[in-house]
Amino acid sequence: MFDLAFIIEKAVLIGGIITVSLLIAMYSTWAERKVAGFMQDRLGPNRAGWGGLLQPLADGLKLFMKEEIIPNASNKTLFILGPALAMLTAMMTSAVIPWGGKIEVFGRTVDLQIADINIGILYIFGVVSMGVYGIMIGGWASNNKFSLLAALRGASQMISYELAMGLAIIALLMITGSLSLKTIVEQQSTGWWNFFLQPVGFLIFMVCAFAECNRTPFDLPEAENELNFGYHQEYSSMKLGFYLFAEYINMFISSALMATLYFGGYDIPFVNDANLGANIGINALAAIQGITLFLKVAFFIFFFMWVRWTIPRFRYDQLMNLGWKVLIPLALLNMLVTGAVILWLGH
Amino acid sequence: MQALTNRNKAVDRKPMTLWEKMYIPSIMKGMSITLSHFFKKKPTISYPEEKRPFSPVFRGLHILNRDEEGRERCTACGLCAVACPAEAITMEAAERKPGEENLYREEKYAARYEINMLRCIFCGLCEEACPKDAVYLSETFTPANFTRETFIYKKQDLLIPDPKTEPEQYQKALGSRAKKN
Amino acid sequence: MNITQILFWLLTVMAIGSALMVIVSKNPVYSVLFLIATFFAISGHYILLNAQFLAIVNLIVYAGAIMVLFLFVIMLMNLNTETEPQKNKWLKFAGTIAGGCLLLVLVAALRDADTRTSTALVKEGDIGLIQNLGKTLFNEYVIPFEISSVLFLSAMVGAVVLGKKE
Repeated sequence: MFDLAFIIEKAVLIGGIITVSLLIAMYSTWAERKVAGFMQDRLGPNRAGWGGLLQPLADGLKLFMKEEIIPNASNKTLFILGPALAMLTAMMTSAVIPWGGKIEVFGRTVDLQIADINIGILYIFGVVSMGVYGIMIGGWASNNKFSLLAALRGASQMISYELAMGLAIIALLMITGSLSLKTIVEQQSTGWWNFFLQPVGFLIFMVCAFAECNRTPFDLPEAENELNFGYHQEYSSMKLGFYLFAEYINMFISSALMATLYFGGYDIPFVNDANLGANIGINALAAIQGITLFLKVAFFIFFFMWVRWTIPRFRYDQLMNLGWKVLIPLALLNMLVTGAVILWLGH
Repeated sequence: MQALTNRNKAVDRKPMTLWEKMYIPSIMKGMSITLSHFFKKKPTISYPEEKRPFSPVFRGLHILNRDEEGRERCTACGLCAVACPAEAITMEAAERKPGEENLYREEKYAARYEINMLRCIFCGLCEEACPKDAVYLSETFTPANFTRETFIYKKQDLLIPDPKTEPEQYQKALGSRAKKN
Repeated sequence: MNITQILFWLLTVMAIGSALMVIVSKNPVYSVLFLIATFFAISGHYILLNAQFLAIVNLIVYAGAIMVLFLFVIMLMNLNTETEPQKNKWLKFAGTIAGGCLLLVLVAALRDADTRTSTALVKEGDIGLIQNLGKTLFNEYVIPFEISSVLFLSAMVGAVVLGKKE
């Protein structure tokens, strides 16, 4: 009844992608501190291991060793469910992102993608909209008014920016005509990268991605140096770690998404992938494609950090003004222009 | 009034143009500044491995000196205690017994010699007052500690290592500021 | 029993169980969370019917947006039992009768409905796929679709008007 090889293949793929996402998120924390240091004329962490490379492990160890505090007046089940949900939704998005072409193992052709569903982008939106619950449940269950207010702040920010993000994506979908991420990447590897067709859309998408990941300049939910710490104020130990870690995984996933949707995904620039694959073999091609994607992702992660250490935080009313009065009209206009151009070219 | 420098700038309260309202050019400008700092040389000094040189007039922790045969120079005259504006120094004198000539240079020596590092202002007047070149201020800081008592440095804390038995540590403690006699 | 059937029964138990928990839970926040779980189970059913678009839109719209607003309101309420107003006994009675009437109407309507011919096909139907759904919506049902969008627009205008009022 079950196709055993299929299950093993997917299990290995899922395990691999989860490991890679965790590893990248781990080293994003290290990179964040290094980038912050370098941009402020400091060196950043450099004591644990060569260049501070063991720093994430030390941080993780520290978080595990810390005392686990569950407030008396909190709702214990939901208090634990909050960070778990945040982590879960952060990890789930990676299922539909194509990480490379096909490889051949033991005579099987394996797609380097967990699930190529024909509603890939919508799936990502669904999971991202679930991400609000991790914040809200955690903030409410802490039974602390500051946590609750921060949770409301975070949730309303995420809902507001999801709209503009969705509208930016619709314009992209008009061009691609498909919701499957695999198809979108394949279209880009033969034609133009979508960034050149949709620069405004990309800009809107990127700004919204910053807001969705709660990154500066939109890190109002946890403005640690102005407001109270945020929705995870009552959390300690690894539960706090989960919240902070989920943020880095989200950053990795949205970088991967930006690369996939607008910058050709695993497409190697200036090279005809199919011809290269015929020369060096399908597995080597997949490896190079994977590396290409990860280089693009690394650039976007660096970009996230670069912006964080450059641009100051928005005020809350400015944040809402930007979301509702600038980005959404701009996205609608972009949609309109894209539709008009497609109609004009079609005739 | 005439401007003294040409650096002052009138506050510009003109409404922003559309180009400025887009903020993207100014964001780009800011990002280029941070990126240029990314590649700048870092002024950090990794402390335990690299140390900054002290200035030649730095006055740190006190040291009770010995002469080249390893005898204590201090004769417990009390001039340093008198000179001290913070009254941080106290001592008790004792007479040298026969057979102790290899320990103390003069006939009188300090049996007890204490400096309260919490009172001391590291002015160096004790060093100037000393007729025997017995006390001088070295190139180290007073290390931090948990209790006040530990900041009252006793004679054994202040004495320099014996140049005969521990020559390397003696040289290290001597530093560059001791008067070479 | 094949894997589709196992999944079907699992999702059914989950849907009905969490729907019951919505009513039974004392804490309104739990009710909302169980309602979200119900939506997940129903989305699972949609996927079994090969209607992935419906499944994911159900999640985005209901679980992702509407339920968040519900949660917003409930979280800001004071949920202490002391402040809860005493419910009138007659009010409970009236509620039971009203609910019973609704159930009666539903049962009567479903009993006469011809369900057998329009049962969706598990795994084989393709009406839920986004392409077919879009073609149907924009060809056969284009006028109702547009009218409902006008309805939404008027609701939005109404919300803005209410929000602007002092």
